[in-house]
Amino acid sequence: MAMKEITYAEAVKEAMSEEMRRDENVFFMGEDIGVYCGAFGVSKGMVQEFGEDRVIDTPISETAFMGCGIGAAITGMRPIVELMFSDFMAVCYDQIINQAAKMHFMFGGKVNVPMVIRTASGGGTGAAAQHSQSLEQMYCHVPGLKVVVPSTPYDAKGLLKSAIRDNNTVVFLEQKKLYRTKGMVPEEDYTIPLGVADVKREGKDVSIITYGRMVQFSLEVAEKLAKEGIEVEVLDLRTLSPLDKDAIIATAKKTKRVVVVHEAVEFGGFGGEVVSTIADSDAFYYLDAPIKRVGALYCPIPFNPNLEKNVFPTPERIEAAVRETLA
Amino acid sequence: MSNYDKALLKDKAFLQELMERMMIVRKFEQKVQWLFAQGFVYGTTHLGVGEEGANIGTTAALHPDDYMLATHRGHGAALGKGADVNLMMAEILARETGLNKGKGGSMHIADFDKGILGANGILGANGPIACGAAFTSKRKKLGRVCAAFFGDGASNEGAIHESMNLAAAWGLPVMFVLINNTYGMSTPLRKVVHDMDLTKRAIPYGIKSYECDGNDILETYTTCRDAREYCEKNGPVLIVEHTYRTSGHSKSDGNLYRSKEEIKEWEAKNPVKRFTDFLLENKLFTQEDIDAMDKKTTDIIEKAVEFAKSCPEPQFDAAQIQADVYAK
Repeated sequence: MAMKEITYAEAVKEAMSEEMRRDENVFFMGEDIGVYCGAFGVSKGMVQEFGEDRVIDTPISETAFMGCGIGAAITGMRPIVELMFSDFMAVCYDQIINQAAKMHFMFGGKVNVPMVIRTASGGGTGAAAQHSQSLEQMYCHVPGLKVVVPSTPYDAKGLLKSAIRDNNTVVFLEQKKLYRTKGMVPEEDYTIPLGVADVKREGKDVSIITYGRMVQFSLEVAEKLAKEGIEVEVLDLRTLSPLDKDAIIATAKKTKRVVVVHEAVEFGGFGGEVVSTIADSDAFYYLDAPIKRVGALYCPIPFNPNLEKNVFPTPERIEAAVRETLA
Repeated sequence: MSNYDKALLKDKAFLQELMERMMIVRKFEQKVQWLFAQGFVYGTTHLGVGEEGANIGTTAALHPDDYMLATHRGHGAALGKGADVNLMMAEILARETGLNKGKGGSMHIADFDKGILGANGILGANGPIACGAAFTSKRKKLGRVCAAFFGDGASNEGAIHESMNLAAAWGLPVMFVLINNTYGMSTPLRKVVHDMDLTKRAIPYGIKSYECDGNDILETYTTCRDAREYCEKNGPVLIVEHTYRTSGHSKSDGNLYRSKEEIKEWEAKNPVKRFTDFLLENKLFTQEDIDAMDKKTTDIIEKAVEFAKSCPEPQFDAAQIQADVYAK
């Protein structure tokens, strides 16, 4: 298979562009996505290729354009709606939570809402408290939404294409800090099914179950510990809802020691669901140590770089948690 | 009856249709109220007795394939847009064969085959969604408009203002239908706005506004017909229809915010009564004709209740109900 190297941002753009070429019902709207190319430069060149009719700059009215996406989706279009920062979900929560997520069920299965909400999530960019959050668990708690958090260009492209083809509303949480990272993707068309986790590194001693930006940190830790003969398995969930519970249970049974890592605030975070998945299953009997969680500290994200860095999980904290499970 | 298209008087079949549709809505609401009192209706209902003119006058002006989004007080608009009365009653009685399989209920009636994109329990949420439906129509050149119903209460929601701006900026064929039924739950408009003239809400967005007496079916129909034609060609419109809800807000309403006299006064000028008087005075129909319409529509509602009661309730199946969350 012929491969090429692209960035995470390019992977997202390629997925959108290829799907827009494939299906004329797919269109893209959001704040400053046209000539400006979006706050993170993701949609570079798209308005030139597809025109302003399909790459549409919206007013700064998150509620209006999110709802507009829903209305278009229930009448036959397949909108991709970019929410500039995932924190802005708070401005249009009603349309996502009370409208998009519920219509299919509430109306007796007679309508679908095939929409993708693409949004930039996470911190590490010095954007402070209102532009750095990881709020994926808030979407996961609402039945009807699918939630995807890709960690590599390959995953981002394959998962976004699946998300665009899915007949449900998919919240696609891109990681700001990963936009410029590079990776190999196939030259030809491919998709990755939603709801399937991926073992990013095989290991037999401890499992780190993670997703998003923390996959990279976890792999760094695994690399370091390998030099001491500790073999860490890194499971990237990729999709949080629907959740690949089988993969979680399998890795827990395999290594018998588990650390759950995410960038989101640890308290009330998605890690609790991962831990519960293990505790609720027969994998519980296999455990040789308590499951450890590593997430952001319980505070809004601070501005100062040193404070910010240490509020988020660091490779050091992840390593310490891994060692604790081996103690 | 004042500002209406006089040519309408020549089309007796249409006049009869308007009357019968209003009667169906009124009887439907009254029957639901009765069923509720008898304990047949679970949950709550938001009835619009007194708003028949606004509901039917507006929906009769829409084309069959136009889109429409109703409010939580949405029975009348849904019936007007063509929702099957039997299936709707079955939904309100929480039956498996109801319009939405007993999963939506009174507040979430939808019938996509009829362009009814759903009644909404969240005030103002209709506006943005209507923009999307109108977007599809414009993009695919379907020639459809989307009517978004909302009330005087929801007129103060940001979602409505955002969507009026969006629809205007993009030239989307949305009819913003503001039913001013005098109270937002219990709160009179004068307590929550500085300027009572809600047609002015159109001005900052550069939208054309219309205003009518929502208890006057012919004026409402004429206004909405003109507004629809303008909307299809030129983009969004705001229509302010003045009416009055004689029924309570919901089951929790003790009518503590208004007097019995006020309700009586409005009941005396309810849209069905006013249209009846008009048709008789102008000798367009006889009392016998009106009685026949009354009987016909009473029968329709009685049959709907019979049908709904005969429908099975959904069986609980934990796996199935969770499988129903996502579309295939």
